[in-house]
Formats: sequence, structure tokens, C-alpha cells
Amino acid sequence: MRHLLSIADLRRDDIERVLDRAESFAEVSGREIKKVPTLRGRTIINLFYESSTRTSSSFELAAKRLSADLLNVKAQGSAVDKGESLKDTVHTLSAYDPAAIVIRSPHAGAAELVARWSPAAVVNAGDGKREHPTQALLDLFTLRRRAGRPLDGLNVWIVGDVLHSRVARSGILAFSRMGCDVTVCGPPTLIPRAIESLGCRVRYSLDDLAEADVIYALRMQHERMGGSLVPSLREYAARYQIDARRLGANQLLMHPGPVNRGVELDAAVIDSPQALISEQVESGVVVRMAVLYDLLAGGPDAHDRTGRSSGARRAPVAPQPA
Amino acid sequence: MSAAEARPSAGAAPALDQRPTPPAQALIRGAHLLDPRGGLDGPGDVLVRDGRVAEVGAPGTLDAPAGCEVVEAEGLHAFPGFFDPHVHLRTPGREDEEDVASGTRAAAAGGYCGIVAMPNTDPVVDSAPVLRSLRDRARAEAHVGTAFLACVTRGQRGEELTEMAELRDAGALGFTDDGLPVERAGVLRQALQYQRLAGGVLCLHEEDRSLSGAGVMHEGAVSAGLGLAGIPSVSESTAIARDAAIAGYEDGRVHVQHVSARESVLAVEQAKRAGVRLTTEVTPHHLTLTDECVRSLDTGYKMNPPLREEADRLALVEALRSGTIDCVGTDHAPHAREEKEQPFEVAPMGVIGLETAFASLYTELVQPGLLELATLVERMSAGARVLDLTPPALSPGSPADLCLVDLDATWEVGEPGYESRSANSCFAGRELTGRVRMTVAGGAVAYRERTFAIEAV
Repeated sequence: MRHLLSIADLRRDDIERVLDRAESFAEVSGREIKKVPTLRGRTIINLFYESSTRTSSSFELAAKRLSADLLNVKAQGSAVDKGESLKDTVHTLSAYDPAAIVIRSPHAGAAELVARWSPAAVVNAGDGKREHPTQALLDLFTLRRRAGRPLDGLNVWIVGDVLHSRVARSGILAFSRMGCDVTVCGPPTLIPRAIESLGCRVRYSLDDLAEADVIYALRMQHERMGGSLVPSLREYAARYQIDARRLGANQLLMHPGPVNRGVELDAAVIDSPQALISEQVESGVVVRMAVLYDLLAGGPDAHDRTGRSSGARRAPVAPQPA
Repeated sequence: MSAAEARPSAGAAPALDQRPTPPAQALIRGAHLLDPRGGLDGPGDVLVRDGRVAEVGAPGTLDAPAGCEVVEAEGLHAFPGFFDPHVHLRTPGREDEEDVASGTRAAAAGGYCGIVAMPNTDPVVDSAPVLRSLRDRARAEAHVGTAFLACVTRGQRGEELTEMAELRDAGALGFTDDGLPVERAGVLRQALQYQRLAGGVLCLHEEDRSLSGAGVMHEGAVSAGLGLAGIPSVSESTAIARDAAIAGYEDGRVHVQHVSARESVLAVEQAKRAGVRLTTEVTPHHLTLTDECVRSLDTGYKMNPPLREEADRLALVEALRSGTIDCVGTDHAPHAREEKEQPFEVAPMGVIGLETAFASLYTELVQPGLLELATLVERMSAGARVLDLTPPALSPGSPADLCLVDLDATWEVGEPGYESRSANSCFAGRELTGRVRMTVAGGAVAYRERTFAIEAV
């Protein structure tokens, strides 16, 4: 991989290579000294335009465990606050010759723009409501470990606010790429029109939830509750909450966090043996280590030590609006 | 005689404004003359004297009088000059993006002899003094005939009507709140009633914003995949249906701007069948591109209304062919480079279009056989008729409004730069066929392609 912008850019063997690499880093994580020297002397910039705890901290830990120099840039309190454009910020940061820029933005396609404007490898850490590819990779990693077998044929239900969820969009692409059958389920106001075109089925009720091998509950974002998307949290919870009654003994439960207890998940299922939620958090670091490793050191298209791509100069992502 | 015929539009249609230039004296020799409205289709000579078409004859039959330039046009086509009912000149307020001189130069380079400027400027054109100052500027700077629409409502706020009668006296060709819909049905109704006094066509940007909301692209499979808020087709078609019903009730005269969806074509058909005095336009980008382009998240494809699906595009082409859609309007909307160099959701809506309109439509519709050349040529200037102006013609006695086009020439959009002050073309980098070589507008030569020949010694 040259960049990790969208799951749609990955083939199944790209995904498997990263997951296998994450396994080897998981082994390192079990040691007392969790650090490897792979990226010593190279710089990674975390450019976060949205507040984030688990994504930014796990990228930070991943970079540190690979011995990279890390620079955290948050929109608050930086030149961005003074009205600097994304382009100028990227040019400025690129002057430090980073090997990789990890970007989280409230806007779809921001990572592509960074890749166009910077020679660094770019990791999309969430762009608007579009994609969150490292989340999808860590979900696959977690599920593969628990299942102990390839994911082909698993029936995955993604339940909740699909409309506003970048986790859902990357998840649909990633689970189907690995051979799962994906169903999205939620209130019709929170399921985007034509989402089936991504290769999933649509259900508006949990009536057939028993067919699922994996239930992936999405975070119900309180800030989306205004207007008339969902009449009330109470009605939402009554229809779509995963509780002990709905979660079968042989079904696995996932959630990207942070959980709204009592809304999308009932407290009882969060701590159930079927839940993979804390394993997902754990996987975050090793999978992000594997992504950085693949981009900067080990992958077939890895950027070389100067921070510049070792492959041919990349073409612009799209025709530039001159 | 019906009520409609009794009062087509009160008041005389104002003349177009253009800078003073010496009238053209030219013999255009040997071009293929194509004027579908005038029934002209074949090789011939055109003699332009004192800014008017003096004579049209068989090839080689006309002589150039003394002092008359001879344009050897064999291999070129001569069309009536194009007329664009929908241009944003960004003046006053955003002269860094476009001004009257640069915008009309872009028009001339695209073969246009006349354009209509939208009033959503800063300040908006909602009072006679602003309109008069703009007209003064056009009389000093405009390379092609320029007309101005004024706002329907004060400040474009959608609440109270502008002084439409005074604005008409000051020369407003018609009225629009373009960029925004006239949201409240009651306000639109009052404007249509007042039209009986003031005259002038009401041009309508059709969008129900309770449906389009925060949308930034067409709602469909592509928006679902990108996680971008969608603008559903029904936000346009239901607004057209509503406004057509009100226009019919008041027997008003309305022009629906930039139709983009197949559902809208149905609404237009229905309104026309019901006898509503309604015309429509469509842009070159909606006729040639679809929302698949937006997958790249290139802000060059962000505009309102948005690019829709292939079935919409084909419905628009068919409607233009059949005449359900009356004319082509570019919705030429210049934007500064730094505004477009932002994430898709943040970047402003709009693309430039004057310089590429004919070539994009010739390349994408005429060459593949979707549209006859004659139909395209007619629709490129029909915007004049739609707005109560006499359309350009290649007939003796008409003002010289024509363009010479090389239908064999291919060129890369943006490669030679743009006459427009902005460069936000959705066709940038594309190879198009059909190059405007010369434009005569309002009797004066408004554009000549600059050609340089460098010979190896």
C-alpha cells in the first residue's frame, strides 16, 4: 500500500497481509518491552481535525512502538484555528519531511487531498461520514482471532445509524471483501438510499437477527438526534437495542466505541462473553502498527526511508480543478 | 385571442448592453452556413456591412467591397451566435472571480453573442441604482450583448418583492432569485401577479430546501458510498410542479432554470401540456456528466443542482431534442481557486461553462449521434427567444451575430488557459472537438482565435 485512504482500494490479499503483520506485532505486545526499532528516525504526523480518543491514542502508541518520531497536531489551538487552509497546513507539515501523515477530518475526501498535496504516505483515520478504514481492519483482525478461521460465509449484521457512520461504510466494504454476507439494519431514516449498491442487504427491523453470526452495533450519536431522524431515544432503544434477549449464545457482538449504555447496547451484553468490544480496542494498536509498517517499511509499495514514495511518482488522485 | 397572447409581457424588452466598437465590415467566404430557424443549411458567403448581415449568397458569388475584410472560412461552419440565459458575472462584489469584461470575453470565446447575468451578486441587484451602474459598466466593457436580471425579492430574502416595475424601467430583462428558490408559494404568487404590471420573465431556481437540506451531491448510490449528504431529485421536480401550478393559476410567464432530473422533465412536460407558459433550460454539464464523476471527490464536479444519474442525463438529452427543454444555459459560475481547493463538502457549488459549452455538447452529444447538429445549434441560441429577445439569425437585415466554428479541431480544455478569470471547469483536461474560431456579436468582431505559427528555420 502507498496510502490507506479507503477500504475500496484494498484487495483481499492486501488486507490479509496487514492482518498477518498485526498478528506478529500482537506477539511483540505481549512482551515487557513492547517496542521495535523499525521506524527509528522517521517522522509520523497525527493531524486531527476532530476530537478523538481511541483512534488518536492508538495511532500514537503504534508510532511509538515502531520507534518513530511522532508529532500530534490538533485543529484546536493550531494555525487551523487562525483560518489556515488544509492545503497550507499540509504544505507546512510536509516541510518537516514526514514519512506518514495520519489525518482525521470532518470532511469526506480530506485524506485524498492530503495525499495529493504531500509526498508522505497518508492514512485516513476517518473522513467525515465516509470511511474509517483502520477501524474496519481492526474489526476484521479481532473477529478473525476470535473466530479462529477465515471469515468467509459469516453473516454480519451492522445495526444502527448507518447514514452518519463512516465505521459502517468501511465495515460493509471490508466484511464483504473477506467473504462475509453483510446486512445493514436500522430505522429507515438512518439508512441511506441505495446503500445496497455497496453490496449489502437492508433490513428495518431486528426480526431476523437470529440469522446473524456477528452483530455489529453502531454508536447512536446524540448529536444526530435533533430533527426527526428518530422520534426518541426511547423508541430507538425499544426497536434496535441489542440486549440479552436479542443476543444469541452463539452470536458475537462488536461495537466501535464509545458505547452509549442503555441506547444501542444494554449493559448486560457489553460484559457478556460474546462481546468483542474490549478486544477491538486492544487490536487498535497492533493493527495500526501493521498499517504503518506496511506503508513505510514492509509492504510491496512501501515508501522508502526518505519519506518519499519508493514507487513511481504518484499520479494525482483526480483531475485537479485548476 | 387568449389572455396569454393579449399580454405577452408588459413593457418593451430592453436592448442588450455592449461596449462601443466599430461595426464589422467582413465577407465570410465559403463557410457551411447552418441557421436551423432560418432554414439555412449549406455552403455560402455572408457579407457583413456596418454591423448587419447585408447579403447571403452561394459560395464564391459575393465580392468584398473596398475596406472590407475577407475571412476565408472554407471548412468552417457559420452558426447564429449563441445566447446564454444563465451567467454569473460575479460583479459587483467578486471581481476577483469574474468581471463584466472577462466574463463576456469568455462568452465571445465560446461563440456567444449575448448573455444574461444573474443578480445574486454582492450587493444583490434588487434596486434600480445597482442595476444602472451595472448597465453602465456593460456599456463600457462588455464584449458581447449583456442583459441583466434583477431579484424577485429584496435582498434575495424571499420575503418582499423588489420594485419590479422600476427595475424594468431601468432595464431589467426579467427577475430571478437564482441561487435560491422563491421558497414561499405566496411570494411567488404575488410576483406573478405583479408581473402583469412590470412584465419580464420570472426565472426560477427550483429547489425545495426542506428536501435538499445540507446536500452536496445527487442522492443515490454514489452519495451512499461516499457518505455525502444527498440532494434528492424530488427536491427539484416537486418545486417545479408547485411553481408551474401557481404560474398556471395566475397565467404568469416563468422560465425554469437548470433542469437536472428526469422527474423534473416529467413535471415540465406536464406543465407544458396543461398550457402553462413555461420554458426551461439545461446546462452542458448536466447533459454530458453524471454523479459517477463525483466518486473522485473532485470539487470541479460540485454544483447545484448536482450531476445526476445516467438515466437523468439521457432524459435531459431527449427533452432537449424534443423541445421539452427549450434551450441550453451554462450556469457559468466562476469560483476562486482556493475556494475550490477544499474538501468536497466545504467547497462552493458551481463551474464555469461559457468557453466549453458548444464543444462539450458537440463532442458528447452530436458526435455519438444522440443529437442532430442543427438541433444543438438551435438550442444554443434559443435562450434569446425564451427571454423575449429576437434570436440571432444569418439572414439579410439581421444584426451580425454569428460564430465561425471548426468542427474538426480538437483541443484540450484549459490547455490554452481560459478567457474567464476563473478556471473551475468540469471539463478541464478533456479533449473536446469543435473550436470557435471567430465570434461577431452585436455587429462587431468580439473574438478571434489567436493562432501562432512557428516555422522551423
